Amino acid sequence: MPMPKPKLPGLFTGLKITLMELLKTLFPKRGIRTLIPAPSLGAVTVQYPHENESPAPRARGVIALKSENCTVCMLCSRSCPDWCIYIEGHKTKAPPRRPGGKERTVSALDRFDIDYALCMYCGICVEVCPFDALFWSPEYEYSEPRLADLLHDEARLNEWMETVPDFEPYEAGSNAKVRKVPR
Amino acid sequence: MSALSVFGADLSYWQVTSLRVLGVLVAVILPAGGFVYVFLFKMMSFMQSRLGPMEAGPYGSMQLLAEVGKFLQKEDIVPERADRRLFFIAPYIVLASTFLLLVVMPFGPDAYFANLDTGIFLALGLSSVSVIGILIAGWASANKYSLIGGIRAAGQLIAYELPMVLAVVGVVIQAGTLNLQGIVTAQHQGEVFGYGGIGNPFILTQLVGFVIFLIATQAELTQTPFDMPVAESEIVTGYMTEYSGLRFLLFFIGEFATAGAFAAIAATLFLGGWALPFMALDDNVMNIVGPLVLFAKMMLVGFLIFWVRFTFPRFREDQLQAFAWKYLIPISLVNILATMVLKVAF
Repeated sequence: MPMPKPKLPGLFTGLKITLMELLKTLFPKRGIRTLIPAPSLGAVTVQYPHENESPAPRARGVIALKSENCTVCMLCSRSCPDWCIYIEGHKTKAPPRRPGGKERTVSALDRFDIDYALCMYCGICVEVCPFDALFWSPEYEYSEPRLADLLHDEARLNEWMETVPDFEPYEAGSNAKVRKVPR
Repeated sequence: MSALSVFGADLSYWQVTSLRVLGVLVAVILPAGGFVYVFLFKMMSFMQSRLGPMEAGPYGSMQLLAEVGKFLQKEDIVPERADRRLFFIAPYIVLASTFLLLVVMPFGPDAYFANLDTGIFLALGLSSVSVIGILIAGWASANKYSLIGGIRAAGQLIAYELPMVLAVVGVVIQAGTLNLQGIVTAQHQGEVFGYGGIGNPFILTQLVGFVIFLIATQAELTQTPFDMPVAESEIVTGYMTEYSGLRFLLFFIGEFATAGAFAAIAATLFLGGWALPFMALDDNVMNIVGPLVLFAKMMLVGFLIFWVRFTFPRFREDQLQAFAWKYLIPISLVNILATMVLKVAF
């Protein structure tokens, strides 16, 4: 097989790039203070346990639940590819909507657990929910020492509702209505 | 080691021997640890715009100890069909060749372990012994990836041993001696156009040889872009695939200690060794300062080796062989010829 012609300028460009990156990380300060090495300022990474990362507002950190909106329709649970959503509920009677009307039958939520050990963050449940009960939150600190504890329950899922950011308005010219996060 | 008589006491043979063993251990472990921390942990991280290990000790300086502790705790797994005895001794052969390399290195006027007339010859011969250890490791593991890795390593090390030796021949012709101490002296007492301040480090006259030596070193150390024997995306980690725990640690130390040893050889051959430019100090002082000077020059060579390592992607196997046989060896032969002609002419 013929040997490709060595591209010398390219090789030196590569060496220059790595060297410049090294210098940029090691000496990020400008002016006379350039000579002081300060890699912690130059690095683009975050030293996580000591300083917290700020994820993008629409980051898929965790799935939050608004229990009041859930009608136990089971759409999310059935569409979940991992079967990691556990829902239990029962029928109960609710007072009529207008005076003199008939008593309504509604579903009450008994249990809503998401097993984050199984969840693969596909977001199908959030998309499929027709009642605005599931939302993405950028929260990411919910790991547990024990695997079984990653099954987070309704109360925990409700807490994350507070961290859900508002939907951003669509670009100019769009007639679609911006969704609202129930607070 | 005649420097020992400086301290007055006459040491018996076993005391001198144990001091020498300690010296070799320090000379192997210190550069290896320094290379891993400064280059592998920190320089590579900075080149990738991150910080590297920061938790163990200030700026992660104790990370290496943590790694050693981790490897010591790991289970020492031996494959069922492995050739147990060969499997066990292979890493020691690799490490032994590294230790022996440093025996002939001069660290100062009197600070050496052995002052042999054929120093560089012995060093280059001993460096090839590690190939045997690697081949044994590849064969004894009873694993196809290990075998492929071992064979690749053998082919590569044989191919790049030649340009390395040929590059050294140029230096030897110019210095007129195979003795490493003599090569250092020749550089120290040389003159550049009648100016003797920095001596005549052979990098000036043997630049081609230096470049070839560095490329061959890169291949000998199986560092990227010459890391076909341990190409992890193709053959797991080559001959180290089946090794774990302490034995893997030995291979790891061997890799970086050999990097240190080759950096020391390159610094001695081309950068003037332990000699300090612009200064003529007393021999006793140089025995202390010399090792530090050599270490500084080693770090310089190490920087070049690891800078290239972190920049370039891997060669293909056929490119690797073609590069050695078609380019490096002819160039180094021409280099020898030119050196011979100029040596006779001047």
